[in-house]
Amino acid sequence: MARIMARTTAQSPAGAPTDVTQGSRTKGGVGESTLRPDGTLKVTGEFAYSSDMWHEDMLWGQILRSTVAHAEIVSIDTAEALTVPGVHAVLTHEDLPAARNYGMEFQDTPVLAYGKVRHHGEPVALVAADHPETARRAAAKIKVEYRELPLITDEASATAPDAVLVHEHRADHHAAHVPHPNIVHRQPIIRGNATEAAQRADVIVKGEYTFGMQDQAFLGPESGLAVPAEDGGVDLYVATQWLHSDLQQIAPCLGLPEEKVRMTMAGVGGAFGGREDISMQILASVLALRTGKPVKMVYNRYESFFGHVHRHPAKLSYEHGATRDGKLTHMKCKIVLDGGAYMSSTPSVVGNASSLSVGPYVVDDVEIEAIGLYSNNPPCGAMRGFGAVQACFAYEAQMDKLAAELDMDPVEFRQKNAMEQGTLMPTGQRVDSPAPVAELLRRVKARPLPPEREWESSEGVDVRALPGGLSNTTHGEGVVRGIGYAVGIKNVGFSEGFDDYSTARIRMEVINGEPVATVHTAAAEVGQGGVTIHAQIARTELGVQQVTIAPADTQVGSAGSTSAGRQTYMTGGAIKNSCGIVREKVLEIGRRKFGSYHPAWASAELLLEGGKIVTDGGEVLATLAEVLENEAVEVEQEWRHRPTQPFDLVTGQGDGHVQYSFAAHRAVVEVDTELGLVKVIELACAQDVGKAVNPLSVIGQIQGGTTQGLGVAVMEEIIVDPKTAKVKNPSFTDYLLPTILDTPTIPVDYLELADPNAPYGVRGIGEAPTLSSTPAVLAAIRNATGLELNRTPVRPEHLTGT
Amino acid sequence: MDFLRPATWEEALAVKAEHPTAVPIAGGTDVMVEINFDHRRPEYLVDLNRISELQDWHVGEKTVQLGASVPYSRIMEELRAELPGLALASHTVASPQIRNRGGVGGNLGTASPAGDAHPALLAADCEVEVESQARGSRLIPIDAFFTGVKRNALEADELIKSVHIKKAEGPQQFSKVGTRNAMVIAVCAFGIALHPETRTVRTGIGSAAPTPIRAKAAEEFLNAALEEGGFWDNGKIITPSIAKRFAELCSGAANPIDDVRGTASYRRHAVGVMARRTLGWTWESYRGKSRGTEGVA
Repeated sequence: MARIMARTTAQSPAGAPTDVTQGSRTKGGVGESTLRPDGTLKVTGEFAYSSDMWHEDMLWGQILRSTVAHAEIVSIDTAEALTVPGVHAVLTHEDLPAARNYGMEFQDTPVLAYGKVRHHGEPVALVAADHPETARRAAAKIKVEYRELPLITDEASATAPDAVLVHEHRADHHAAHVPHPNIVHRQPIIRGNATEAAQRADVIVKGEYTFGMQDQAFLGPESGLAVPAEDGGVDLYVATQWLHSDLQQIAPCLGLPEEKVRMTMAGVGGAFGGREDISMQILASVLALRTGKPVKMVYNRYESFFGHVHRHPAKLSYEHGATRDGKLTHMKCKIVLDGGAYMSSTPSVVGNASSLSVGPYVVDDVEIEAIGLYSNNPPCGAMRGFGAVQACFAYEAQMDKLAAELDMDPVEFRQKNAMEQGTLMPTGQRVDSPAPVAELLRRVKARPLPPEREWESSEGVDVRALPGGLSNTTHGEGVVRGIGYAVGIKNVGFSEGFDDYSTARIRMEVINGEPVATVHTAAAEVGQGGVTIHAQIARTELGVQQVTIAPADTQVGSAGSTSAGRQTYMTGGAIKNSCGIVREKVLEIGRRKFGSYHPAWASAELLLEGGKIVTDGGEVLATLAEVLENEAVEVEQEWRHRPTQPFDLVTGQGDGHVQYSFAAHRAVVEVDTELGLVKVIELACAQDVGKAVNPLSVIGQIQGGTTQGLGVAVMEEIIVDPKTAKVKNPSFTDYLLPTILDTPTIPVDYLELADPNAPYGVRGIGEAPTLSSTPAVLAAIRNATGLELNRTPVRPEHLTGT
Repeated sequence: MDFLRPATWEEALAVKAEHPTAVPIAGGTDVMVEINFDHRRPEYLVDLNRISELQDWHVGEKTVQLGASVPYSRIMEELRAELPGLALASHTVASPQIRNRGGVGGNLGTASPAGDAHPALLAADCEVEVESQARGSRLIPIDAFFTGVKRNALEADELIKSVHIKKAEGPQQFSKVGTRNAMVIAVCAFGIALHPETRTVRTGIGSAAPTPIRAKAAEEFLNAALEEGGFWDNGKIITPSIAKRFAELCSGAANPIDDVRGTASYRRHAVGVMARRTLGWTWESYRGKSRGTEGVA
């Protein structure tokens, strides 16, 4: 695996590299593939997830959800439910103790519906009982009378002159600037003059694209345990992506000060954005405070499909122009994202879709508009790729169309227009760290292709290597191979002026003669490997072997969300920073105690290595045990990335993003053209990761993101009936995820081009592979079939014209 | 809900006689999903797992007597020669874990049009042995077994004991379309079996009509065409026009619906493609030019 190594470790004050740098002699530090501490437990099924928690004398909470998408609530009758033996409480909005709404960016989401319901599956009432079955039975006895309202299901119905308003009296920060109250947010970007530039184009290509609603489909359903405390507060154990954001939303709804809501992270079974919003947190707490008993809530798979936001489905209209020699002249686009009934993170998704709509290309003249709708469809919000996924699907299809029009190789055409370090984004922001777009494309293209007709052997046909697999639909008949390429750009971290920070508390002490570091953050481990790399960073920065990772909770400052590819950068950065302060404090103590014994204490660059204080020449001055004795050094510090700016609401200009991340894919597919079945044979990825803090985890993230992108290319879609706005497939029977037989070989080639602004040069890695995987698969299927395929996921009907 | 655990077949029949609404459970592939999703809340569940004879099979001269609870994994591993169509169908059932638990009795009991075993059973030809305490056992021909959407010919006090399936005397095939490459419910499925001893071809179609069905007009056409052309004796390649007409008639036999898994027109189309391909594979095999057709699994 070819890599470009970037040296970013500390240098001596004079600037000359020294023999030893901090952490360079410590095992298990940054850059090593140390193993996950929770890996074996998860693989053997022994890891305790949030749904596994139990408390003596606990009750079970159950939500009654709306059966219709848009209706006035005429009445709610809980009388019969209350008579069920074992039921401890039946609550409606009237029983809520304080604030009735919550939300991440704006509090528009009712804890329990009041007045009306705005989407299928909205929580309406709540039961606590001594058994989950009893709670379910009782919930079914609650009678809700609805008076149905007209449905808003798309842009046309949302913005029609007489459209019913999903939210009548908007008071949010976007209400003033949107063209219609059913539009959550609108972000235009105007740069140069696209109409004029179009005059220079030799070819113009237009396309209308549709992106289906994808679900995060994490395996561990929403669940948690709320335990009432003696001080009138609540101890809440829950699987979430961002404890402190939850806390800010929960406390007002409980009428409690934040310090009386103590949150601890429970085992998270995947997230992908779907745990960024509140699910059962407030409801379980309300029941616990009401009944005075611990309350556990666990959604089943069906309910989970209603229990979190999904990826925004989108309609995208694009126009690109290019000159005969293959240079892009201009781009115009309109992106309509359906945010569903509540705001969630739709405004940020709109900002991303808009600012990343050009893709990783140089286009000086653009006219961009992205809007997010309020509708009566299921609420949509954060999911891996966050607005950039939908745009990438469309602009990459456009790149192939342009290349075809110009009779150029699609990779060569992309490389001709690829951005690089120094390129201006359509927002006017200069890309100020490596952007090896052309190189990533070159690398995936240069790979040898997987052999053809691998299903043939002397034994006969191995159907597992064919579309359809063991379903035995073809023995090679109708099978055509196709190859496709795509590349994408994703921002890393929170953008648009958000005060994005993380906090790390580091404690260093000597236990039984051994120096031990404790890392305490509120960062959510959702599978990304934070628990692994946090220890690696502490080892590198403090030169110790033993690192304890304290459970994430709200007893330490916010870490921000485990999302936006930001956690290694942000909490990693916070840990590095706090460790640096701890190191200085330790050296201070050393100087105080031993400074007079050796001149190097004053004159040399000192490092912490192998539990000792050493000079940069490698000379040992003292052990940490000698220096610290019974003293513990503890530091808690917030750490920020460089500030960003909001996008101008008219021109879209502004240095809105922190960092960019790039990945490219080559997809090789085989399509049974008669049955419309697809087998992805290989999905090769090349990505710049800045610095692979843990190479094994990096490859895992890239393969996972790639597979999630494959899913929405060929099977994953929540199907919402446009006539009723109801979800038609809330189960793993009909919401299909790729199995191992659908998952191809995913060779990964990563570059390490350091971002000089980021700790260790890291670049957020989790999202970029989710972007380009989908359009690469689509391009390969188009290549095999010759069909236009402007929609994802592709279904057999689309490939067979039936 | 009472969970009844009869130790013997006789006890099970007695339980079913006493509680005709009791739902039998063996592997639980369908029943547990319905219970977990709250679609069904039977008053009584009859657990058949203690009854060992349901896990047995017996290979006779002409038929295989397959116990209702013989798991799919064993059919795949141990009855591939005798029941090749059903073995292929068994490969497509859910996941390895479920194939270790689920059996044909459950598929027949649920009688879903999407049951993976049904097209293979229809094509192979079989009789379902059912029994009640009051009236003893009887054999229901598979052609008379499926009576409606998720309905079968069982009386309320009867249990499925075994299936008497004709041993394959000719090639059999099974194909299933799903929108992923494993662990998927059928969008539609097709089974075919050549019966050289009677010079007939039988078919089975799944998920493309209210019940699993045979494409009888297609069978009749093909049987006549094969007879007329002397194909059974001369072993010639079936002419493309015969294969095409057979496929069209199979497609025409389907009476599918649009649903979340696929459109009716796709299902009709796919049944035709599968019919043409599987006829080709079985006929090639019959002609003696055996081309391996199965995954190593």
